Amino acid sequence: MTNNLLTVKDLTMRFGGLLAVNGVDLEVKEKQIVSVIGPNGAGKTTVFNCVSGFYIPTAGSVEFRGKELRGKPGHLIAREGMVRTFQNVRLFKEMTVIENLLVAQHMHAEHNLLKGFFMTPGFRKNEQEMMDRAAHWLERVGLLEFANREAGNLAYGQQRRLEIARCMVTEPKLLMLDEPAAGLNPNETKALDELIVQLRDEQGISILLIEHDMGLVMGISDQIYVVNQGEPLAAGTPAEIQANPDVIKAYLGEE
Amino acid sequence: MSRVTSAFVAALITLVLGGFLLGMSLTSEGINLVVETSTTGKMTVLFVGVVLVFLLQLFREQVGSFTSKMRSDERMELPSFLRTSQQQRMWTMFVIAGLVLFPFISSRGAVDIATLTLIYVMLGLGLNVVVGLAGLLDLGYVGFYAVGAYSYALLNMYFGVSFWVALPIAGGLAALFGFLLGFPVLRLRGDYLAIVTLGFGEIIRILLNNWTELTGGPNGIARIPKPTFFGLEFNRRPSEEGATTFHDFFGIGYSSEYKVMFLYLMALVLVLITLYVIRRLIRMPIGRAWEALREDEIACRSLGLNPTTIKLGAFTIGASFAGFAGSFFAARQGFISPESFTFIESAIILAIVVLGGMGSQLGVILAAIAMTVLPELAREFDEYRMLLFGLMMVLMMIWRPQGLLPMKRPHLELKRD
Ligand SMILES: Nc1ncnc2c1ncn2[C@@H]1O[C@H](COP(=O)(O)OP(=O)(O)OP(=O)(O)O)[C@@H](O)[C@H]1O
Ligand SMILES: [Mg+2]
Repeated sequence: MTNNLLTVKDLTMRFGGLLAVNGVDLEVKEKQIVSVIGPNGAGKTTVFNCVSGFYIPTAGSVEFRGKELRGKPGHLIAREGMVRTFQNVRLFKEMTVIENLLVAQHMHAEHNLLKGFFMTPGFRKNEQEMMDRAAHWLERVGLLEFANREAGNLAYGQQRRLEIARCMVTEPKLLMLDEPAAGLNPNETKALDELIVQLRDEQGISILLIEHDMGLVMGISDQIYVVNQGEPLAAGTPAEIQANPDVIKAYLGEE
Repeated sequence: MSRVTSAFVAALITLVLGGFLLGMSLTSEGINLVVETSTTGKMTVLFVGVVLVFLLQLFREQVGSFTSKMRSDERMELPSFLRTSQQQRMWTMFVIAGLVLFPFISSRGAVDIATLTLIYVMLGLGLNVVVGLAGLLDLGYVGFYAVGAYSYALLNMYFGVSFWVALPIAGGLAALFGFLLGFPVLRLRGDYLAIVTLGFGEIIRILLNNWTELTGGPNGIARIPKPTFFGLEFNRRPSEEGATTFHDFFGIGYSSEYKVMFLYLMALVLVLITLYVIRRLIRMPIGRAWEALREDEIACRSLGLNPTTIKLGAFTIGASFAGFAGSFFAARQGFISPESFTFIESAIILAIVVLGGMGSQLGVILAAIAMTVLPELAREFDEYRMLLFGLMMVLMMIWRPQGLLPMKRPHLELKRD
C-alpha cells in the first residue's frame, strides 16, 4: 500500500479494434495538482472515463484511498470522494444554479420521505446546511447573484465555473477536471488558474487535470503525465516535461 | 413543383380521403351491406374542407409567418394579484373553498363531470411525476389505474374488503407493479421505453380480459359498493343487517344527490392530498433528483446519484397515484371492465401532461379540465371527438409547444450573513 490518493496502474481500454489507452500509469498524492496532457485523440478523456467508472477498463487497476475501484459504477466511485467535470459541460440546464448545487449534494441529503413530508427539524436543518454550502461555493466562483437563474442561460465561462462548484459541494478528495479552460477568455483562464491553486492550498484536495492550455498546465502542476496515441510518453515535473525531447517532438513541437 | 400544383395535389388528397371517410357510409340492408352516398350537408363540409386545404397550401408562407407570430415562447407571467406567496396562499384557500361549495350550488350532472375531471387531475398529476419530472416516457400508465381499480373490485368481491381498507392496498399494489415494471426498463430511454411501457399496459388489460375465472373477463365486475361515510351508506336501504344509511342517521329524507356530492368531495380531498404530496416531493431531494435525471443521467452518476433507484422511485410513486385513482374510479362507477383501461386512456392522460406543460402542476390541472369538460360541452361533435383532440394538439404545438403553463422554477432564497 502506498500513501497515494489515487494509483492507476497499467490502464488499458480497447474499443473494438481501437486501443484507445494502453498501459497508462498515474499517481496522485494528497494536495497535488496532477495534469494529463497529450495531442487531440490521445486518450485523455478515455482515461478519465475509466478512472471515474464510466467505462470499464479492459485491463489495469484503479486504486483510490487504498480501495480497488476498477469496474465499480460511476455513482459509487463519486461517493468515494472522486468527482469529475466533463469536456462538454454537463449541467442540469433547465434547473436553476442553486438547484444544480442542491442535486449535487444528494449523497449528503436527508432521504427519509416521511421526514421530508412533515418537514421535521432534522430535515429543515439538513436542507439549510445544503443551501449554506451551495451559497458558499457560489460565492467562491462568483455566481452568487445568478443563484436563481436557469443554469442553461449562463454564459459559457460561468457554466464551467458552476460545474466546478457543483463538484465541490460534494466535498470530494479528488477533483477531476476535463479541459476546464477550453473556451474561456484569458481573464477567465487566469481566475481558473487561481481557483485551482486555492482548492489545493486552502481546501486541501487534489486535482487531476486534463488541459490543452500549456501556460496553465506548466504554471500550476506538481506532476505532469504525457499520453500520446494511448501510450504513456513521459512523466515528471513541468520543468522536466518541457525539457523532454520526446514530448517536444510529439506534442509541444506541433504547437 | 409550383405552389399552385402542390396546393392542387393537397386538395385532391383531401378530396379522395375525405370522400371515402365522410362522403360514403355503409348501411345494412337485410344481410347485405350497401354503400350509400351521404347527405348533402356532409358533402358541403367536405367541399369546404377541400377549398380550405387548397387555400392554406397556396398561401402557406403567409400563414406560416402568421402562426409564428402567434407562437409565444416567453413564459406566462403570473397575474399581479398572485405574486407574493401570501397572496398565493390566500387565493388557494379561496379556490379550495369555492370547490368545496361547488356541489351544493350546481346541478347533479355538473358535479358528476367535476368528479370525473378530478380523477383525471389525479391521474395527470401522477403521470406528471414519471413523464414531466423524471422524463421517462410512460405509455402504459393506464395499467396501474387498472391495477388499482381491480384491486378494490376483487378484494371486495372475494373478501368483502371495504373501500377505505382497499384504498391504501390498491395504491400499494399499483406501486408494486410500478416497481416491477421499473426493473426491465431501467436501461431503456425515449422511444424504446415508450414501446415497452405501452406493451405493459396492454398486457395488464389483456390479462384482465382473459382471466375470466378471476376477473369476469370482458363482462367485468359489477355491483362494486360505493365508499361509506364513516360507515354510513348512501343507499336507500341498508345493504345488510345492522348497517345504517346516511339519511337515516341524520334523519333527513333520502336523495341520491348526497352520494354524488360525497363522491365529488372525496375526489377533491384525494386530489388535494396528491397535490400536496407531489408539491412536497418536488422540494425534496428525491424530486430534485428526478428532474436532474431528466436533464442529464450521466451528470447524475458523476455526482453520486444512483439512476436506478431514482427511476424506480419515480415509477413506484407515480404508479401509486394511479392506484388510488383506480380504486376510487371503481367505487364511483360501481362497474368496471377491461374496456375502461384501453390505450386511449393512457394517451389522454399523457396529453394532459403534455398540454399542461411538462412538470407543472397547475398546468396539469388546467389541461385535465380542458380535456374532460370540453368534450362534454361539445357533445354534438361526439363523432369528431378524436378529430378535435388531434386539432387541439396541433394548435398547441404551433401556439405553445412548451405547454399551457410550463413549470416555473422554485425561487430559493439564500440566507447570507
Ligand atoms: N466510446 C468510444 N467508443 C469508441 N471509440 C472511442 C470512444 N471514446 C473514445 N474513443 C476513441 O478513443 C480515442 C481517444 O479519445 P479521447 O476522447 O480519450 O481523446 P482525448 O485525448 O480526450 O482527446 P481531446 O483532446 O480531443 O479531448 C479517440 O480515437 C476516440 O475516437
Ligand atoms: Mg478529451
